[in-house]
Amino acid sequence: MYIIDSTELHNLMEELIKRGYLLIGPTVRSGAIVLESIRTVDDLPRGFGDEQEPSHYSLKRRNDAMLFGFVVGPVSWKKFLYPPRLTMFKATRAGKSFTIAPEGTDKNRKLAFIGVRPCEVSGILMQDQVFTGGKYVDRAYKAARDNAFIVAVNCTVTGGNCFCASMGTGPGATRGFDIALTEVLGGGKHYFVASAGTPRGEEVLGAVTQREATEPESRSALDAVARAAESLTKRMDIRELPQLLKDNFENPRWDDVAKRCLACTNCTMVCPTCFCSTVEDATDLTGMHAERSRRWDSCFTLDFTKVAGGNIRPSIRARYRQWLTHKLSNWMDQFGTLGCVGCGRCITWCPSGIDITAEVDAIRGNSVHA
Amino acid sequence: MPPKKPKVAVFKFASCDGCQLSLLDAEDELLLVAGAVDIANFPEASRRVLPGPYDIGLVEGSITTPHDVERVREIRKQCRVLIAIGACATAGGIQALRNWKDVKEFTRTVYASPEYISTLDRSMPVGSYIHVDFELRGCPINKHQLLEVLNAYLNKRKPTIPTSSVCMECKLRGTVCVMVAQRTPCLGPATQAGCGAICPTYDRGCYGCFGPMENPNTGALAEHFEELGESRQDIMLAFRGFNAYAEAFRKESDAHE
Repeated sequence: MYIIDSTELHNLMEELIKRGYLLIGPTVRSGAIVLESIRTVDDLPRGFGDEQEPSHYSLKRRNDAMLFGFVVGPVSWKKFLYPPRLTMFKATRAGKSFTIAPEGTDKNRKLAFIGVRPCEVSGILMQDQVFTGGKYVDRAYKAARDNAFIVAVNCTVTGGNCFCASMGTGPGATRGFDIALTEVLGGGKHYFVASAGTPRGEEVLGAVTQREATEPESRSALDAVARAAESLTKRMDIRELPQLLKDNFENPRWDDVAKRCLACTNCTMVCPTCFCSTVEDATDLTGMHAERSRRWDSCFTLDFTKVAGGNIRPSIRARYRQWLTHKLSNWMDQFGTLGCVGCGRCITWCPSGIDITAEVDAIRGNSVHA
Repeated sequence: MPPKKPKVAVFKFASCDGCQLSLLDAEDELLLVAGAVDIANFPEASRRVLPGPYDIGLVEGSITTPHDVERVREIRKQCRVLIAIGACATAGGIQALRNWKDVKEFTRTVYASPEYISTLDRSMPVGSYIHVDFELRGCPINKHQLLEVLNAYLNKRKPTIPTSSVCMECKLRGTVCVMVAQRTPCLGPATQAGCGAICPTYDRGCYGCFGPMENPNTGALAEHFEELGESRQDIMLAFRGFNAYAEAFRKESDAHE
């Protein structure tokens, strides 16, 4: 464990820039804390917090100078590893044949993520499994991922929709980062307790600080995270959840939630683990050039399940059920874990305020096997 | 001899011309369009009119008079592919607000000699009188979508025009939700994508210019508007805009009358 004083955080950012990284981090825009390209500590949301409830987000001024005194905003890091739109290739007609020029992402671009929350580190690890864990590897994702440097920031504050502890993903990060920081503010001191998770993380930390954390400093950091864990108000009861949902395919709760669900796709767009996409082809007027691209899609759109002969999930009821059971049941069969990290984004950014934990409770409450 | 270029014609009914002007607004692509097709009838751009039949007909505007009905049926006969463009042609337009009123009363009030006015009781979309091959939404339509539809028909492929919500466009471009973060009522969750989420990106709620999305849950959205403090009248008016007579919006506005 090392110490980085709050006034030295810029050294860490400078070091990463020196090593060729483009920094991405939290910053205030449009009444929210979003993730964008940043350059200095001044770009961070110093003194800002957020208040979150179902279908409600508001930025708050804190009465201190915390740099990471907020939880998660509408943007998740998947945007940078699995971009919303990606050109896959461009084709040009040449006589009776055609030539293909691959596109994809810039393989040399190196991103450093500053301030990845522990739940989001878990989200990234889940997407690693989706895109690189099987026989067929998503090359664009892998290239972006291999080049990404992760600076996690443990949570010392929690939001109204956070339930990471239930999912075992936070509020402290245990793996998946290059460097993990815990912000400590109090008693006239403001510093970060830092630890490295990888050799390159160790190397960067070594270049930025040599000062080891004292025992009280380390303890302050651990205490701050422990207090955050205790302050979590939202929970999800995950006992036997995959089987419970399989047994409740016709639970009346699906009809109830279908009345509230807008099928607007917001939950899937903001979810750090949702990974569905569609592939679109475009041509120009002459028919000489064509382009194939991939963009985020959602199991809530009708086109997503349109097949020859009809649509396999025509109702909102069927689509909501698909989303929730994939996250909390079938994901287990597919990848060996649940597909939810407890970040609460789907609750905050659902205009109808549908709360995934409340839906699980309701199904458990009137379970056919209860 | 080079292959014959497809003939494209533009027709107008009750409308503001904004949608057909989207074609002129295509700027860089306009020359490509002019190179790829033979523009056979486009009064906003040229006085030259070539006789039909046409390969593609773009029809703007709503049907509001008995003469419109005859003319649109004739146009249908002349067009191999007929594409309705804009909220007027696909939903009756803003002028469909008259569908809730007595049109005869309007003509009596406005015109000195109302007996010369021959008009229908309702302003209706083109598709309620003739078969339409594709409906391109928007008030006005998006020029990129118009080019996409032309491209698709010319290259004999399905147009990529998503029918999902505006919310997806906000999220794809990174716009922060105005309804969640600013408590601004927004029709985005019930409205079809296509504009690129212009209004929310400029901190305003969506006005529903592209009409109802594929399976709009307008009831749940109206309930949320109530939670945001909107009155019954506000909600009625929100759904009664450029696409007032599109079924889902019409029913929801009627429910709050």
